[in-house]
Amino acid sequence: MIDITSILTIVFVSAGIFFLLIGSVGIIRLPDFYSRTHATSKSDTLGMMLVIIGLIIFEGMTINSGKLFLILLFILLANPIGAHALARAALHAGLKPLFPDNTKDKEED
Amino acid sequence: MDSFFLYSAVLLTAIIAVPAYRVVKGPTVFDRLVGTNAIATKTIVLICLIGYVFGRIDMFIDITLAYAILGFVGSLTIAKYFSSESINVRFDD
Repeated sequence: MIDITSILTIVFVSAGIFFLLIGSVGIIRLPDFYSRTHATSKSDTLGMMLVIIGLIIFEGMTINSGKLFLILLFILLANPIGAHALARAALHAGLKPLFPDNTKDKEED
Repeated sequence: MDSFFLYSAVLLTAIIAVPAYRVVKGPTVFDRLVGTNAIATKTIVLICLIGYVFGRIDMFIDITLAYAILGFVGSLTIAKYFSSESINVRFDD
């Protein structure tokens, strides 16, 4: 027998793993450092939040679901901040974004 | 429901192995850092799922919290190090 809690858990966890897969594909397919940052920060944050929301629904109202909610809040704050700090460090170190003017004489990787 | 968490953990392990290609073959050091950060953030979800597979979520959830905080602090420290003025990062084209 399958109740509504199991169905919601399966839907949320499967959607989250789909978005994590999209982030992993984007990090090896996109041509530039800044576009790779764009792929990994937004897709990974959404996928992890969906998986943890599914686990909270499966757990119910216990102390463990409270800790899972704390992890969700921390990920929501920390993952975009880390991606932003890396992109800012790369821009200060002198890494050029992928514009057509910057790549006239070398081929794309 | 246990088998669903087990299959999800196996699939997520295969997904985690994908950004290791960017860590090995990244052109600059920042590409390697992005790959490492992606692996570290996906491992948080993997530890939660493994806790449900083993049925010991009350133990694994504390490991997840500590791992999330340590990964975030390490990523911010490395970013701060590379954005300082005295470090010259060479981009080999």
